[in-house]
Amino acid sequence: MTNGPITAEPMAAPEQPRTTHSLFAPDKRTAMRNAQETRFRAYGLVAIVIALLALVWLLISIFSAGLPAFRQTFVEIPILLDAKVLDKAGHGDPAEMASVTTIGYGKLIGKALATEVEAKGIDIGAMTPKDLVGMVSENAAADLRDMVLANPKLLGTTVQFTALANGRIDGYFKGRVTMETAARDNNTSPEKLMLADKLVAAGMMEMRLNTGFLSMPDASDKRPEAAGLGVAIIGSLYMMAVVLCLALPIGVAASVYLEEFAPKNRWTDLIEVNIANLAAVPSIVYGILGLSFFINFAGLPQSAPIVGGLVLTLMTLPRIIIPTRAALKAVPPSIRDAALGVGASKLQTVTHHVLPLAMPGVLTGTIIGLAQALGETAPLLLIGMVAFVRDFPGAPLSGLFDPASALPVQIYNWTQRGDPGFVERASGAIIVLLVFLIVMNTAAIILRRRYERRW
Amino acid sequence: MKDLRLERDVQTETNKIEARKVQVYYGTNHALKDVDVDILDKTVTAFIGPSGCGKSTFLRCLNRMNDTVASARVEGMITLDSENIYDPRVDPVQLRAKIGMVFQKPNPFPKSIYDNVAYGPKIHGLTRTKAELDEVVEACLRKAALWNEVKDRLQSPGTGLSGGQQQRLCIARAIATSPEVLLMDEPCSALDPIATAQVEELIDELRSQFSVVIVTHSMQQAARVSQRTAFFHLGNLVEYGETGAIFTNPKDPRTESYITGRIG
Repeated sequence: MTNGPITAEPMAAPEQPRTTHSLFAPDKRTAMRNAQETRFRAYGLVAIVIALLALVWLLISIFSAGLPAFRQTFVEIPILLDAKVLDKAGHGDPAEMASVTTIGYGKLIGKALATEVEAKGIDIGAMTPKDLVGMVSENAAADLRDMVLANPKLLGTTVQFTALANGRIDGYFKGRVTMETAARDNNTSPEKLMLADKLVAAGMMEMRLNTGFLSMPDASDKRPEAAGLGVAIIGSLYMMAVVLCLALPIGVAASVYLEEFAPKNRWTDLIEVNIANLAAVPSIVYGILGLSFFINFAGLPQSAPIVGGLVLTLMTLPRIIIPTRAALKAVPPSIRDAALGVGASKLQTVTHHVLPLAMPGVLTGTIIGLAQALGETAPLLLIGMVAFVRDFPGAPLSGLFDPASALPVQIYNWTQRGDPGFVERASGAIIVLLVFLIVMNTAAIILRRRYERRW
Repeated sequence: MKDLRLERDVQTETNKIEARKVQVYYGTNHALKDVDVDILDKTVTAFIGPSGCGKSTFLRCLNRMNDTVASARVEGMITLDSENIYDPRVDPVQLRAKIGMVFQKPNPFPKSIYDNVAYGPKIHGLTRTKAELDEVVEACLRKAALWNEVKDRLQSPGTGLSGGQQQRLCIARAIATSPEVLLMDEPCSALDPIATAQVEELIDELRSQFSVVIVTHSMQQAARVSQRTAFFHLGNLVEYGETGAIFTNPKDPRTESYITGRIG
């Protein structure tokens, strides 16, 4: 017998005794490998900490600079709308009343403010009613005029008018303007700031939520207090609608054709490579294309959301096609076999089974593409969306052809302005843009979760 | 497990499918050479052979599933009821409704059990009313021996069933289009012995209505369920005949080597 009976006795020691090592003490190589792993983990941790710090710093700087834009100083003034001044002909016809310019209304506001200040017993020192007008925004006169022209019946009555405070006064309460800077400033003076303190004490002036930041149009360089994102938000929404309506169907159709129907040959390879390359083309190139094709060749209007939307559609298409094709590819072939096996046609296989399974990927790709398009600035500059637009675009669809602005362009625009009041406006607009992006990304996550199915 | 059922009658002698000089190429690779097979109606025909011998390839030729492989090229003639299925006038979609298929891995649609079975009748317009469709679904699930297990949860997802149940669901789905031939590509390779026995029993019952063609790696399975067996080797059809004859008295030495375990 070669194999002896199994016994409990230990086997004979091998001739060359192995150098045994206790399991409790790691040997040299193991210690080295463990140290390597520890170092690698530390690098990763450091990288993440750096990234997080950068993010936190970015958010703090944006929010500290931008949040004041959502609050604004207002002045409450009772104004007698004198019919003799505002409607000299006395017909109550808005067309005739329009001959009174904002200068006339400005004087009215100054007078009313002087009367009210006097009534409250506030000492204005050597300040004239003209100086008092400088307490309110230059936009206040225009707002009052619009109010009267919209409702001529107000003539002769006393209205409680809420005027925007001048940007410098507003800046004083937000800590941007101090007595020292005001002394060197031609647009305001320490006296005005002191008066502002008194007005606050008298309850005429206060800081409150500024809904106008989201609803008002842009304002000129000297009126940061009146500048809002209304036109930019509408312009951006219009463009997103155009991009969604064009890029999603075209992108999905192109992906489905390329992935499921197209023969695999040199031509489709070429198309594939080019789509991948188009996704990497700098966005400003699409702006030049849009300028030369949509505006110069097709004759579409400048600054219009339709042109912006078309340009952004071109830019977004490859960014939708690539993830959509990846999502289609990820659907297991067994599902296609199953559908074809029971006699479904190719199209039925795709629409009934493959596309629904790929839907989470398609939607995620689309929303990420849209989010990129929403934040895109460069191509819009070239097609004239950087223009100063105060008139709201009309309702769709004709409104798509009216001039409008866009959120990122508005931000870019405000950072170019001289008045320091626009710094907070630009940061506030960035917050609005970030909120839009967060909403879109959340929607992408929710859709992905909801449509996610296992197979 | 059932005993080997080697001796069994073939009930008809009509040919359902006739294949003549079938050649399949994948690119430049000649995968199937000169295959001549007559598949009888209402009979279980088993294809056996080592991996890569072309038996699955041949099975996929029978319902033109190879059309979906870009590099595949099929030559020769395959007829179903004396009509050439590779005739340019034949729509493969229509053909596949007549020749159902069950795949190696259970692949139910990620939909409800009901929708899985109802899908074929729906797209082919086989039923007119919801009640009719319900009847078809129930009948097919009963035929697939699955009804009693799922009748209370027809709306729950088909992917939530066990492997064996999923495969029977796939069989129910395949027979819901009332095919004339049922092709099965190693239907039991992903199943445990109990589920395998259930599916084999089912195949034997299905024989009364359809012609069943089954590809299998298991010679015992071929011996248990089939009346005819074809042995493929390296792209050639080596031997084809009564299952009993193939297993007890093979004519070709290669067949003998394979069934005794020396090649493959």
